[in-house]
Amino acid sequence: MKNGKKILIVDDELSVRNSLREWFLEDGFAVETAEDGNAALQRMHSGPYDIVIIDLKMPGMDGITLERRIREIDKDAAIIILTAFASVETAVEALKLGAFDYVTKPVDPDELSNTVRNALKQRHLEAENTRLKAKVSELTLPSPIIGDSSRMRRVLEMISTVAGTDANVVIRGESGTGKELIARAIHSQSERRFFPIVAVNCGSIPETLLESELFGHEKGAFTGAQYRRKGKIELAHGGTLFLDEIGDIPTKMQVDLLRVLETRRFHRLGGNQEITSDFRLVCATNRDLEALIEEGTFREDLYYRINVFVIDLPPLRDRPDDIPALTRHFIEKYAHAMGKPVKDVSAEVEALLVSYSWPGNVRELENAVERAMVIGREPSIQPEDLPLPLARSEAEPEGSSLAAIERRHIERVLRAEKGNITRAAAALGIDRGTLYNKLRRYDIERL
Amino acid sequence: MATRINLGFLNGYAPSWAERIVQGSALVLGHPVDAVDLEMDLPRYYSADRGQYNATLILAGLLRHHSDPDSKIVGITRVDLFIPVLTFVFGQAQLDGPGALVSTHRLRSEYYGLPRDRERLVERTIKEVVHEVGHSFGLVHCPDYNCVMHAATYVEDVDLKSSRFCPSCEAQLQVDVPRPPQTA
Repeated sequence: MKNGKKILIVDDELSVRNSLREWFLEDGFAVETAEDGNAALQRMHSGPYDIVIIDLKMPGMDGITLERRIREIDKDAAIIILTAFASVETAVEALKLGAFDYVTKPVDPDELSNTVRNALKQRHLEAENTRLKAKVSELTLPSPIIGDSSRMRRVLEMISTVAGTDANVVIRGESGTGKELIARAIHSQSERRFFPIVAVNCGSIPETLLESELFGHEKGAFTGAQYRRKGKIELAHGGTLFLDEIGDIPTKMQVDLLRVLETRRFHRLGGNQEITSDFRLVCATNRDLEALIEEGTFREDLYYRINVFVIDLPPLRDRPDDIPALTRHFIEKYAHAMGKPVKDVSAEVEALLVSYSWPGNVRELENAVERAMVIGREPSIQPEDLPLPLARSEAEPEGSSLAAIERRHIERVLRAEKGNITRAAAALGIDRGTLYNKLRRYDIERL
Repeated sequence: MATRINLGFLNGYAPSWAERIVQGSALVLGHPVDAVDLEMDLPRYYSADRGQYNATLILAGLLRHHSDPDSKIVGITRVDLFIPVLTFVFGQAQLDGPGALVSTHRLRSEYYGLPRDRERLVERTIKEVVHEVGHSFGLVHCPDYNCVMHAATYVEDVDLKSSRFCPSCEAQLQVDVPRPPQTA
């Protein structure tokens, strides 16, 4: 049975080409031969070949030059060099250029078989490695970022831009806007995606524990330190360190963190050994860091160190157009998790969801959908399935200005009338010209 | 349809066990096998540099003696064979062609400093003849360690495999070269 592998033999001696050709045909290879470098390069363009066997010494283009040229055409083919004892040093040079191995002429049949078998095995493993990496990437992709509003499209563009770099990133946004999701998206699109992303919520860990959490500790470093423990900075080696609520980090630790960011070196608590960690830093905050600097609770030098690239996440109330898609996404997620049929939302509920101000942002929306999926009995989510503040959201949130209320009302009516200006103006009790003026004033996009 | 296979013992190489090679290989191959005497100018194919005989050239010379398209010729010699790029070969065949060549030189136990063992030599020679004829019928090396078409680069590999085709090679052979009905 043919083995489906293709081999190219390049040698200026006809007898060598023919005998190798016969040998590999009997092994089930598809075999082609070339008498010199130029003929080989022509054949390479009609490749690809699994294995290329090259004689080192040929008139015209020598084996080393040919190997270099082949690599420009096909970086994956396994190259085996044929050499005489006298030219072993050059063969070693060929290995440095990426040849799989070399064999000296005349070669023992067993050695030739083994070399070819190992080359094929390596090619197979490399191909498998590539395939598995792609699979891992696919499996470790964070939750999709839902949003087609212009502001979210801008955020997605910024993620793509920054992911390919090693620049420090600060993600700013209200609580619940999905800052960690953005951090994971940056990590998963970066070259560091095969290493871990290690998240630390600086706001939720007591100051006394945060230092040990970040830097790790040696056994006996403090009361209760019974074992050596690696810190999050060390664990993030090769990957991404995500520091959430960076604005809450204590002032003393800001100095230590700044030193790590400058040198990528640190000591575990109670340790003498200097540890190096190569990580990319992504921070998130819902606080105004500039104001904290003014107050003197956040170091300016740390701010400039981390603030290389800023991504501002809009609150959900500023992107109501994304609410229906987000709702569908969460319905599918919880239907799958709960083993329930996928529901939809009634028109009334969709209007409620879109008009609500969502102080808890996307997290609040997700919780609302989850709750509705748990308690709802109808095939579609009904107003009574929603949490109370939402069900009452026809009322405007407290403290809204008249302009804000007017803007939201116009948006609601426009959506209900599917962007038809004449009908929307009639529903609002104003003429078309007035409606156009208000659309301009409030920067409202027509559907 | 039967394909006649002629085992050509080269230049008076007439071991007393030649008939056993004929019968043994005929039994496995299922095609008629005959022994014939062949004279070739072997010294012409000798390489003084290598101290061996060039198998590729001998096979080409053998085929010049062969004209019957319905038969195959397998040369059997006691001289040590090589092909230009390899240190030695046990034999050589033209894949899906009319001819093959087998050397008993490295099939002898004495070559490895062991006592003479005729039974083992007969067994190894039958395996190599069947192997090379398999190539001439278009079969390539088989990954099944027990199959006669498994590649052997050491004499131990020859001993490990059987003299028979595995079911997969057997099936392919039946499609490509149907055997004549066996008679009791």
